[in-house]
Amino acid sequence: MKIAIPVDEKNMESNVCASFGRAPYFLIYDTETKESVFIDNSAATSTGGAGIKAAQMIVDNKVDALLTPRCGQNAADVIKSADIKIFKPTSNSLKDNIAACVDGKLSLLNEIHAGFHGQGEN
Amino acid sequence: MDKEKIDIKIAVLSGKGGTGKTLVSVNLAATAKASTYIDCDVEEPNGHLFFKPQEVSEEEITVKIPKVDNELCNGCRECVEFCNFNALAHIKDELIIFDDICHSCGGCILVCPEKALTEKEKVIGKIQKGVSGEVAVWTGIMNTGEATGVPIIKKLLAEINSEANKPTFIDCPPGSACIVMESIKDADYCVLVAEPTLFGVHNLNMVYELVKLFDKPFGVVLNKCLEEEENPAEEFCLEKNIKILGKIPFDNELGTINSNAEIVVNKSEKYWELFSYLLDMITKEVRHETTANP
Amino acid sequence: MKQLLILSGKGGTGKTTVASAFIKLARAKAYADCDVDAPNLHLITGWDSEPKKTDYYGLPVAKINLELCIECGQCIEHCRFDAITAEPHYMVDPFTCEGCGVCAYVCPAEAITMEPAVAGELMLYSDDEKVFSTAQLKMGSGTSGLLVTEVKKQMKSATIDAELAIIDGSPGIGCPVIASLSGVDMVLIVAEPSISGISDMERIINTAEKFEVKTAVCINKYDTNIQNTEMIEHYCEKQGLPFIGRIPFDSKAVKAINNGQTIVDIYCTSGEAVKEIYHKTIDLLFEKGGC
Repeated sequence: MKIAIPVDEKNMESNVCASFGRAPYFLIYDTETKESVFIDNSAATSTGGAGIKAAQMIVDNKVDALLTPRCGQNAADVIKSADIKIFKPTSNSLKDNIAACVDGKLSLLNEIHAGFHGQGEN
Repeated sequence: MDKEKIDIKIAVLSGKGGTGKTLVSVNLAATAKASTYIDCDVEEPNGHLFFKPQEVSEEEITVKIPKVDNELCNGCRECVEFCNFNALAHIKDELIIFDDICHSCGGCILVCPEKALTEKEKVIGKIQKGVSGEVAVWTGIMNTGEATGVPIIKKLLAEINSEANKPTFIDCPPGSACIVMESIKDADYCVLVAEPTLFGVHNLNMVYELVKLFDKPFGVVLNKCLEEEENPAEEFCLEKNIKILGKIPFDNELGTINSNAEIVVNKSEKYWELFSYLLDMITKEVRHETTANP
Repeated sequence: MKQLLILSGKGGTGKTTVASAFIKLARAKAYADCDVDAPNLHLITGWDSEPKKTDYYGLPVAKINLELCIECGQCIEHCRFDAITAEPHYMVDPFTCEGCGVCAYVCPAEAITMEPAVAGELMLYSDDEKVFSTAQLKMGSGTSGLLVTEVKKQMKSATIDAELAIIDGSPGIGCPVIASLSGVDMVLIVAEPSISGISDMERIINTAEKFEVKTAVCINKYDTNIQNTEMIEHYCEKQGLPFIGRIPFDSKAVKAINNGQTIVDIYCTSGEAVKEIYHKTIDLLFEKGGC
């Protein structure tokens, strides 16, 4: 399966980026081929709707699971429409998170916060 | 006021929140008695808390948003690519439209080669109109999370009836963003409220640049003045040759009345006089402007 | 590095006054001003050097090439923002233009292009020990969440080695505030004891709660309305939010700020109150356990 993680740097020693929509890069890791690809996040410079654009990109990359500490409502809608699961990373290490994901040890991300423009349940 | 035309529009603004815009605009309107008070701070309107208007009527404000007929949509993504605001996503043969990100530009509808997109109305907020004594109180309220409050302000200002021959006081949003520009567009005169602090001057400078850009006649009201203390905002005005319309002291009595959402001119003789004088000053300035620059 | 964010909901409550005092007390090596509409922190943090400046680009602005323009009026007809006028010649008002690109799309003469537009400026002050990141949004510019994100990014990438970063947040509850909240470890809310202040404070608490961040509250100028102060304290108790302290109104504070100093650079009652609040905040921030 393919796992996507927002990252601050384009290498495996990078930590997980605190933001999803404005993360500078994404790691796309294929658990079968064990290949890692780092892609630039074109949404990072958007003045608005960054989460949506980043989510569209994740979907277009045919990802199966997204690991992110935070995700806005709008981005979550896009990801979930594509039947991609969103998990909460347990540490800052990319390798540890990938291993945990493969072992089914990660929990789903439940706290979806209101997006930059939306207000969630209000 | 005499029988001269007094349908002047006065915008009250400041660079930052908490300076006293609402204090000044609410009390000027209350002093003028027959007047209209318009609250354009649509994200956090506060004026109505002071006026407590009666007989309130409401009107919803809508903007046009796209809606899609997924049968006609062929997934070409022209709309997704076109949208500069990232309000559209295409997932698994379905177009998702994000209402709260959409800026209602109508672009996606134009670019769709299959005519799969049409428009629907979306409520972004409302206008409440009521009365408080002789003051007509109009409040713009934007629903939380909407992209912009500009359509609400446009509607509020479009409804000003010059036949009514009474002054209008526009309580502007803080800052100098596009929403503030919209609020002052039609104003005859701008009152800039400033605090006597280092921060206050910096913020005053921002709105000073703004009113100059829009070529609006303006004057300054210095708020929260401490006697015998240096007043950097006053110094700024003297330096730049800006008319100081009046000074409101920092005063516990005023602070308490205001923090309890009461209109100070109705509670205190001292402030009734202060605001009457201020209103006179402003009216004179506006008259002077119209005769000097008809 | 732990990040502490200072928010207020309403403008004018004293966020920057408190933030600057905290920065002084902590001898902070990293701090930022996220109030990009009206930044004030740089006025009392005493940097002599010039900052490094970077242009910030927002949405593009439409530009009409008069040589190609055939004055058909299609752009004016389609512009939903009334940003184009025909007198004295066809032109776009850059302050009203929202950068949607519709006019460029409909123009039959291809006379309109979308040009990158500078919407603000990022500034980074730094020396061997500390960094200060701030920015100024240009007049009339739209949403500033992106600029706030850039300010924080700039601070993080320039920081050499800091245990604590202090961030002076944006007022309000919208986009810029959400951007300020992203990635912080704790929020301290500076509240004002007025009816409008309380209403704004409640809205900001609602927003902060969604981020699962430790939140604490203090009241500034509490003695301007004791009744409202007690209402706020009661509210915090009900919500289970730590209430950290009260700061009295203090004319000496104004004097200090006007002299470009923080309230802990001189001896005054508000400064003493903020010192206590600072210690309690730091204890809470570095406490083991919690979120």
